[in-house]
Amino acid sequence: MMESLLKLHNIHTHIGQFHILQGINFEAKAGEVSVLLGRNGAGKTTTLKTIMGLTPASNGTITFLDENIEKKPTYDIAKIGIGYVPEDQGIFGQLTVEENMKVAMRKVTDDALEKQDYVLELFPDLKKFWKKAGGHLSGGQKQMLSMARAFVNDSKLLLIDEPSKGLAPIVVEKVMEAIMEMKKRTTIVLVEQNFIMASRIGDTFTLIDDGRTVQQGAMNELIADDELKRKYLGIG
Amino acid sequence: MGMKTTNLVSKYHIFFFVILIFLIAFPFVADSRTLTILFTQIFIFAILAMSYDLLLGYTGIVSFGHAMFFGIGAYATAILLNTFEPTIGVFIGSMIVGILLSAIVSFFVGLLTLRLKSHFFAMLTLAISGLLLVVAEKWRTVTKGNDGFTFRAPDIFKDRIVFYFCVLACLVIVFLLLRRFVASPLGKVLIAVRENEQRTRSLGFKTLHYKVISSVVAGVVASLAGSLYAVSLRFVNTSVMTMDITLDALLMTIIGGVGTLVGPIVGSVVIEFAQHYLSGLAREFPIFERWIIFFGIIYILAVVFFPKGIVGSIQMQISKWKSKKEVRKTFALPEDKERAS
Repeated sequence: MMESLLKLHNIHTHIGQFHILQGINFEAKAGEVSVLLGRNGAGKTTTLKTIMGLTPASNGTITFLDENIEKKPTYDIAKIGIGYVPEDQGIFGQLTVEENMKVAMRKVTDDALEKQDYVLELFPDLKKFWKKAGGHLSGGQKQMLSMARAFVNDSKLLLIDEPSKGLAPIVVEKVMEAIMEMKKRTTIVLVEQNFIMASRIGDTFTLIDDGRTVQQGAMNELIADDELKRKYLGIG
Repeated sequence: MGMKTTNLVSKYHIFFFVILIFLIAFPFVADSRTLTILFTQIFIFAILAMSYDLLLGYTGIVSFGHAMFFGIGAYATAILLNTFEPTIGVFIGSMIVGILLSAIVSFFVGLLTLRLKSHFFAMLTLAISGLLLVVAEKWRTVTKGNDGFTFRAPDIFKDRIVFYFCVLACLVIVFLLLRRFVASPLGKVLIAVRENEQRTRSLGFKTLHYKVISSVVAGVVASLAGSLYAVSLRFVNTSVMTMDITLDALLMTIIGGVGTLVGPIVGSVVIEFAQHYLSGLAREFPIFERWIIFFGIIYILAVVFFPKGIVGSIQMQISKWKSKKEVRKTFALPEDKERAS
């Protein structure tokens, strides 16, 4: 039985006057890829932002490595080992690829440099454009840089939000391969609309609808359950 | 590739070196007291504008209260030189006092205000600066209020050329130190804060700390500029703390190019020369009595034709030209490559 790395219990989040998350329960186990699935506006991205403290939870508990983190500020959450790859990638456009990586490392240690070498093997494009400004990269390269940056940021858990969004199929394939490789060294929580990609790399799934967790289980169960897919994802 | 970069860097170095040689030779060659004073003024405002660039260009902070640090420096120097014997020692001591006071004020102002969103922060800095201005106006026993007071500068500065070189040395030192600062890992984090503060926080940085550091460094440098400004005039009044000073620094930075450090220096040259010559033209052409209108037109033209500022636009053109060259090299036909080799 794998140990639970992250646990969300009955999480509620308000953004302004809107009650976005209305009871999210979810667990990510070490070494797994857990996929959050659901329709647009279901609350998947808000769930990731709530874990990161960017839209703090108004109720409920979030436990990471047996420590309650729901009241912690974002920078502390990042320091204890949660990396975040946002939907818009959040690249620092004026900094070069190298500088983006150096900023993400916080401290240049042997461990961080080893991680950097590892991700540069996964994403050779980044090595090619090492001295190029982040803003001049293509969409796919920005996605790779965003993931690489979160990985070297001393992260035990990576939250990745829609990595395939707006990317060409060939680039999606590359990103998918990289996630599968990264999975060997870190735990991943993935938000993904592309069910084919999600089903190929996910070990477990959590279905979210209207800000609530409606179903959880092994990815194989979801693949086999056409009714569930039709009802909550509109496919089947 | 590395070789080419080195060549390009050295070209920049040569360019700056030539300008520096020109500025060193200028007072001996030109023999114009007016121009020497004008250049001294340009150097002082260039230091102030660079300090503003650190806030605006490198950290993304828009402050409407930057003049308060300039004013603190100016008053610290003026009051101490007026109170004690005006020696070089007292002058240096007054600069240190101004710097320390500015560091303390900018630290607390930063800590209180930098948590706020940018526009609220800008308004609050305006309010705090206004408050200090009122204090300077009302505390007449020390500041002599709006009327201000004259004071004696150290004897060595009676020679305008000596003071010119002293300010030039300060400009070069501040420029080199700030350049080192923005190129350091801390400087890169400041740029990251400017680009995407939320993202920087989610990489584990307490961004408030970094913004306060930037605010303190900018305040200290502005205070240094204020001290030099007071000595250049041998007079101080509350005008050193007004919004006009902040707006001058802001415009010099925007016209020169934000986030470039060299830009604010170029901006201060353009603005000080424009102010000097446009107001001078009024003696010959009455229409220039309203020179401020022409000054406004220059601002508008500069912003329309150089949206990234003068230096920013030049840098953009160079970068476009370089990438075009790169594309041409990548997609060149074999015979072209052969010809090129």
